[in-house]
Amino acid sequence: MIRFLLLFSRQGKLRLQKWFTPITEREKKKITRDMTTMVLSRQPRSCNFLHWKDLKIIYKRYASLYFCLAIENGENELIALEVIHRYVELLDKYFGNVCELDIIFNFEKAYFILDEFLMGGEIQETSKQMVNRSIEASDMLQEGDNSEWFEVELFG
Amino acid sequence: MSDVVEKTLTALPGLLSLDSQPGSNKLSSSSKLGHLIRGITELTSKHEEEKLIQRELTSIKEQVSSPNTSMRQMKELMVRAIYCEMLGYEASFSYIHAIKLAQQGTAREKRVGYLAVSLFLNESHELLLLLVNTVLKDLQSTNLIEVCMALTVVGQIFPKDMIPAILPLVEEKLNHPKEIIRRKAVLALYKFYLIAPNQVQHIHNKFRKALCDKDPGVMTASLHIYLQLIEENPEGYKDLTTSFVTILKQVVGGKLPMDFNYHSVPAPWLQIQLLRILCLLGKNDQSTSEIMYEVLDESLRRAEINHNITYAILFECVKCIYTIHPKSELLEKAAKCIGNFVLSPKINLKYLGLKALTYVVQQDPKLALQHQMTIIECLDHPDLIIKRETLELLFRITNAQNVTVIVDKMLEFLRINKDDYTTIDLVGKTMSTVFSVGGDTMQPDIPNSFLKLLSEGFDSVEEDRKLRLFAVDSYVSLLQGEPGKLPQRFLQVISWVLGEYSCLRADLEVDTVLRLLAKLLDMKTTSSETKSWVLMAMTKLCEGGAGVSVARGVSETYSSSLDTVLRQRAQELQHLSQDPELRARVLPRHTGLEPLEVDSSLSFLDGFVSEALAAGTAPYKPRHQRQEELAQAKALSLEPYGLSLPLSMSSCSITDRQSPTLLSISSGLSGNSNDLSHKGGSSSLRLDGVKRVWGREGYLAQREPAEESAHVEVPSALRSPSQQGGADGSVCLMGKSEPTPQRFRRKARSPASSSGASENISHSLVSPPITVDTLMCNNLLDSHITSEPDVSPLEQTPPLSQGLAAANGSCDDELPDSDVKGSSPSLIGDDALVAADPAPHEEPPKDLLLSSYLPAELSGLSHSEITPLSSDQSLDLSACHVQKEGDLVLVVFIYNSSDSDIQQILLQLDSEELEVSCECDGAVGGARGHSVAVCQYSLSVKRPSVHVELVGTVSYQFPVGTPQSGQFSYKLPLSSFIRPLTLSTEEYGTMWLDFSHDTKQNLTLISDDPEPLAASLSVLKKKLQLHVVEIIGMEGIVACRLLQDQPCLMHCRLHAGTLAVWLRSPVPDLPDCLMYFCQRALQEH
Repeated sequence: MIRFLLLFSRQGKLRLQKWFTPITEREKKKITRDMTTMVLSRQPRSCNFLHWKDLKIIYKRYASLYFCLAIENGENELIALEVIHRYVELLDKYFGNVCELDIIFNFEKAYFILDEFLMGGEIQETSKQMVNRSIEASDMLQEGDNSEWFEVELFG
Repeated sequence: MSDVVEKTLTALPGLLSLDSQPGSNKLSSSSKLGHLIRGITELTSKHEEEKLIQRELTSIKEQVSSPNTSMRQMKELMVRAIYCEMLGYEASFSYIHAIKLAQQGTAREKRVGYLAVSLFLNESHELLLLLVNTVLKDLQSTNLIEVCMALTVVGQIFPKDMIPAILPLVEEKLNHPKEIIRRKAVLALYKFYLIAPNQVQHIHNKFRKALCDKDPGVMTASLHIYLQLIEENPEGYKDLTTSFVTILKQVVGGKLPMDFNYHSVPAPWLQIQLLRILCLLGKNDQSTSEIMYEVLDESLRRAEINHNITYAILFECVKCIYTIHPKSELLEKAAKCIGNFVLSPKINLKYLGLKALTYVVQQDPKLALQHQMTIIECLDHPDLIIKRETLELLFRITNAQNVTVIVDKMLEFLRINKDDYTTIDLVGKTMSTVFSVGGDTMQPDIPNSFLKLLSEGFDSVEEDRKLRLFAVDSYVSLLQGEPGKLPQRFLQVISWVLGEYSCLRADLEVDTVLRLLAKLLDMKTTSSETKSWVLMAMTKLCEGGAGVSVARGVSETYSSSLDTVLRQRAQELQHLSQDPELRARVLPRHTGLEPLEVDSSLSFLDGFVSEALAAGTAPYKPRHQRQEELAQAKALSLEPYGLSLPLSMSSCSITDRQSPTLLSISSGLSGNSNDLSHKGGSSSLRLDGVKRVWGREGYLAQREPAEESAHVEVPSALRSPSQQGGADGSVCLMGKSEPTPQRFRRKARSPASSSGASENISHSLVSPPITVDTLMCNNLLDSHITSEPDVSPLEQTPPLSQGLAAANGSCDDELPDSDVKGSSPSLIGDDALVAADPAPHEEPPKDLLLSSYLPAELSGLSHSEITPLSSDQSLDLSACHVQKEGDLVLVVFIYNSSDSDIQQILLQLDSEELEVSCECDGAVGGARGHSVAVCQYSLSVKRPSVHVELVGTVSYQFPVGTPQSGQFSYKLPLSSFIRPLTLSTEEYGTMWLDFSHDTKQNLTLISDDPEPLAASLSVLKKKLQLHVVEIIGMEGIVACRLLQDQPCLMHCRLHAGTLAVWLRSPVPDLPDCLMYFCQRALQEH
């Protein structure tokens, strides 16, 4: 199970945080601080895995943005790396050539995509098309009367 | 469905472009959020950011509570509040409004409301109760998107107690016609199962329905639940094995829709999930395992694309194959697969390879051996994570042979590692392994420093507690197992830890611990030292109640023990267990953090002492003083004690030294010559010596071959020119009267020399006008100090003499000072040379010639004699070594005695004890006809040994002709590597305590000087380049270092006419070697 996902910039600024287990605010802040310092201090050609307490931290850098995923000990590190990659692909498909600014200014969209992709710390949907479809369906919902029309169109 | 969406999307381009098209509002610069974000990025200081955000929060707060704010504005405000929270500023006032937004807004606003709720609150937040109604309503909504949102939020956060309220609705969704709804419902149930398993117990059959869902996505989602269920109870789900295998077969076979592919690998997440389930089902179950062999084989085979995702599947496959009932064919393939991981240049794969090895090493330790080289490389990997993983692996293959190396590596790692958690994990886990494997072979200071680490701890109190708890837990479980197999040292550590810290674990009954410890006492294998540790621990533990009875039983048993220490401990236990007050004072709890103040001067006893003195007691004298006084007094009555002392001393030195053994026996004897002389007449003493040798038949028989070789050696030594004529000279005289067993043995064997010997003996007895006693004493002493040719055959105990004979053409600088040109070369060295290689005698001027070839920077320094190494028709090799202050340089001269030029000469040097680094790259280049090429090597000691030897090969080729090669060896004494170490007495003091390797011996003193200690030390200083730190009365401290920077400290004391030397160093064997050289130096003086 995935415990949390953090996105932060090279300067250590948090861009997105998702916690899949209940954690106090104080703990969250501490973990975020730990993660940024740990990951940012990694040498360029080191491996993408870290140990932190009883968790494994999988991180990957895409341009100026670090994606950092914490998984439980028995999990597969490589597949976690692909979880990150798939999330980036989903963002890329949605925003079209995604960059850090897209995520900064539309972070709620990034959250929506994440919620379609992961649920309760597990993979929910791995298909790019499917995730995108449900996001777009929700995006297209308009206030007022025509929402039902969209819904009919989208869900058959 | 996808077609419909596609059509919708293309049919409504205008609508989409309004504001909802992906990426259309990339930089929504006009929005207030955009404004805020840009405002923040422009700021430079944290303080300014704080001010701006506080302003922003106040404005948000104002607006959200205003009744005029529309839901649409509210949505915008929520996004800004989320942003502020992400930056670390609390916006708790907005939580209630987030719930309101989710409740009252239209779908789009609701979505943001739910998002805000899921980000702001966690499961235990009380405001969540307000959300339940909203969720209930939305679950029943006809708008599918609203249903999806509700399920999503339920899967994220939902109050545990309210699950029953919505469970029927979620369950109902399992039958929903839309797969996306069914999937989300399954995941919501999975979440429920995780947080409140008994709430969903009654719907297990519904999970089964989800597993059989026609949509693979729903089925995949249900596997999360099954993995959890099977993990808890594998037996209950064995019947599903076939289904899982079938599913996996279909997935691997590519039967799923393309949608599920990830980088052209079919449903990798599903595959991995299935493999993990199979792994659980097949564990320790042959028949179930057999069902999966085929599909596992296929999975291995199909995973061929070079992509991370394939490796992820392979890794899971390998893990499964090694977990289930083994099948050799599959194991073989899996092992090959691990090999690919380990050898991969990709660092992530290497990491996984190490992990896989760690996992399989218990079943197949050979596999780790195969990859030994890679593992060793990984140990020095710059990435700490790789290093750590390697250590993890190494600890699983720790055995008695490699334990020291591994512990060294671990300590090295701990030194650079900053992470407390890792440290605790490693220290705790591995010390157990190390103790149980390495156990009694370890240096005693390792467990000591571990206990020190435990008690002094790290910086954080919490981490300390964790480590101690960990230790207590693991040791209790070890004792509950089979403690009989654990090494004694480990049992001692365990006792200490339990005595000290078992109170930290509140649920652990003192009684249980006491009983476990008592069990240790009852075991036959437990040594009495361990038993006293155990009793100490029990004393700390027994606190009233049941403890007392256990304690009483134990103390009764041991208070009659023959071992005084045990008896003492048992008494302590008995008294302290009965008197809690006293116990609390003697062993106070929870004060261990402050270091104990030890009053080493025992000043608290001063009153007692002065009283006793006043009462007429004799003042205390230290032991050596007492002995000296005894020796001076020559008290008759103490004879038997006097004799026993030196013998025990010499016997202990026998055990840890090879070549100087014989010398040390005699030096021990000579040290107490007073007692010996008292034995009566000189003849009786001599008989005594003879008897001792003859008395042990077996011992002699063993020695016989050795005698032969020694016998052969003697003539060459005796016939050296200086001695040929002077058979009645003092040297010879003392040589013959040498009372060591070997001497007598040889004389007895050769009648011719024995007659001469007896003559000499009688001569020596009669001629000097001194009393017989002192003569004997002098003889013994002198034979060590002066008689160089005499010591040499003694020195040539079998291995050494053979070594000399075998080292054809090797140079042997026996004596420390023979290194340096100018001082007299040792006889042995010369003899060996003469016997082995006549070359230097044929060309005496060559030495001088060669020394002119010494490199300029070395020419001013003292160098050893240039000795020939090897020669053939065209090449003559000679060498010498030059002592630099921080270095030892070996210079090899290559003389091309032929007429033609040699293009390329290759020199290779190798040594077990030395580190050889070449200053000229191995290849010397060429040497013209009749010219000399010079090659320099820098040497440093890897492993101290009295003599270190280099073995080398030279290979060369003439422009025409076959390649030639020759071998040679070069030997030099360790003393060439000794340099003075300048330090202060204080530094000496601190270093002294840190070093773990030591040796003690009594050496002959230079007695003809008014200040024997100073004279002896100055001899050592001159000959061995030691640094005399200070001389305090009867004691002297000396320091030196072995190149490069390995210190050795020496403490000497005048004791009964000998020099009691104690050497200490962090380097094993160094004290022994140095002792040897000190001995030689003093004897030669």
